[in-house]
Amino acid sequence: MSCTCNHGENADKLVPVRAVVTEIRTETPDVKTFRVVGIDGSNCFDHMPGQCAMLTVPGVGEAMFSITSSPTETEYKDFSIKRCGLLTDYLHTMEPGQEIGIRGPFGKPFPVDTVFKGKDLIFIAGGIGLAPLHSVINYCRANRDNYGKIDILYGSRSADDLVDFDEIKNEWEKEDGINVYLTIDREQEGWDGHVGFVPSYLKEIGFKPDANRIAVLCGPPIMIKFVLQGLIEMGFDKTQVYTTLELKMKCGIGKCGRCNIGSKYVCKDGPVFRCDEIDELPDEY
Amino acid sequence: MKKIEKAKLNDLLARLAEASTLYLPVRKGGKVNFAKWTKDEEYCADELKTVKSAKDVFFPQSENIVSFKRESSKITILPKELPTDRTVIFGVRACDAKSFDILDSVFMSEPADSFYTARRNSAVIITTACSTPEETCFCGVFGIDPANPGADIQTWFVGEELFWEALSEKGKALTEELSDMLSDADEKEVEDEKSRISEITKQLPLNGLSLENFGGDKTNELFDAAQWEKLSQSCIGCGTCTFVCPTCQCYDIRDYDTGNDIRRYRCWDSCMYSDFTMCAHGTNRPTQLQRFRQRFMHKLVYFPANNNGEFSCVGCGRCVSSCPISMNIAKVIKSFGGDNK
Repeated sequence: MSCTCNHGENADKLVPVRAVVTEIRTETPDVKTFRVVGIDGSNCFDHMPGQCAMLTVPGVGEAMFSITSSPTETEYKDFSIKRCGLLTDYLHTMEPGQEIGIRGPFGKPFPVDTVFKGKDLIFIAGGIGLAPLHSVINYCRANRDNYGKIDILYGSRSADDLVDFDEIKNEWEKEDGINVYLTIDREQEGWDGHVGFVPSYLKEIGFKPDANRIAVLCGPPIMIKFVLQGLIEMGFDKTQVYTTLELKMKCGIGKCGRCNIGSKYVCKDGPVFRCDEIDELPDEY
Repeated sequence: MKKIEKAKLNDLLARLAEASTLYLPVRKGGKVNFAKWTKDEEYCADELKTVKSAKDVFFPQSENIVSFKRESSKITILPKELPTDRTVIFGVRACDAKSFDILDSVFMSEPADSFYTARRNSAVIITTACSTPEETCFCGVFGIDPANPGADIQTWFVGEELFWEALSEKGKALTEELSDMLSDADEKEVEDEKSRISEITKQLPLNGLSLENFGGDKTNELFDAAQWEKLSQSCIGCGTCTFVCPTCQCYDIRDYDTGNDIRRYRCWDSCMYSDFTMCAHGTNRPTQLQRFRQRFMHKLVYFPANNNGEFSCVGCGRCVSSCPISMNIAKVIKSFGGDNK
């Protein structure tokens, strides 16, 4: 039988390698986090925060997911995945021990070792939008000395829809220099935290538009739109704001044409963009 | 310059087919397209344009890229072996030859597509000058000369003979292999043929189109232009233009369960289709206007922005003759003030 694991240097970028799902954590009614390890116990490949990978279930299909774990977690890759289509429906029925295919990493990461270094960071996420930011946040926590104050504003429809809730409560909130602001859309029994949409909570908090601050956004397009608007009103410049885009992708290497916007391919020129770079793109994302 | 009598061309093709996989225009089901040639088939030398371009020799309409087996929780991944056999494509027109350069800059830029690259590297391309360019042709707009089609070897049919000029190292090596079948030729007849072709191209109705309003820096000016609404109004989104186009290269990747194994195949796709960008949260191009605009903006603005100003069109005119509602890139160029006639 021919090689069934890693295909060596000559393999095409479109061909996945074998991996195994070792753990599945239920985050919310429709989000699970899948821990993926290479078939030889390796970490499949190195990545940086913000990069993505293609996951394959043979016969069901393949899709691009942001890598939720930080590169500093070197034993595995985590993917927090919302159930919302054919492939994700299937992934949600899987049991630990199931093998899948993986290929990557794809895309440009957040500039965590350059632009972000020495800066105060504000992370603003909505719903499953925390998934890609989770990687950046934990990377910054692992390299704490390289970054200033960290603020995390995270909102969801309900308390049950907050992803990584235990980690946020037990780790992030307890660390010095990290402020966590949680909010849910509507009042709910048992929730004594903030209630309201992310953009309005942002205004209430009123972050100071210091030149040493960087804001990183991810969430539904409508949230991104109003959060960005809010940040600009507070006096932030678009060059201080980063986000990550999501479009249909098939190849991951800028050739299949799906994620093309203007002269950019989200899979290879993104998914991370600075907001002033997005302004230069045709309004089609 | 070499030549061979037309009457002996079949012997030369047979020789090529022995040592290589030979593709050339043949008639199948009433349509002429590039296909693997065998002795029983007739080389349609007089067909100016095949229905589809020659691109599927390197970028097949559908190809398996990997197969899988699933057994309970285990999977097996079987990458497909890359093609390495020498391929010869004969009878390629100047426009299609140029399209290979454009496809190269997509598929062979890092990270290179290994399937395309393997086929491309093992191929020798033999072009044939267009003795009768048609009114749908406008390759001249993109700097292409149908009298000097280029590639590894270029040829001309003149009278009862085929004239043959090797250009690249690959072309010279292949010519050497065939030296016993080719005789030395005078260039005079070919020069006369080139002049004759040039006279025809000067009179082609679309050859005066101007591209001055297009290019990599024109996104903002063109994207919100009012013209797109009228231009796209009748488009039925059939995707024919993308399938016959020599430079369209968008593809889909899908799985097919044969019952025995699962084949993951790559196939041509079209940005004109409503589900092209459809994902779980919807599509970013819900209207045909947006999809129509994407195709032409890509060819005339976005592609040049990434490729030193080179346009992703070769003026072959296939979309001009095949679009069911008679919309095409020439009309798009004209509507933005590109009609010089």
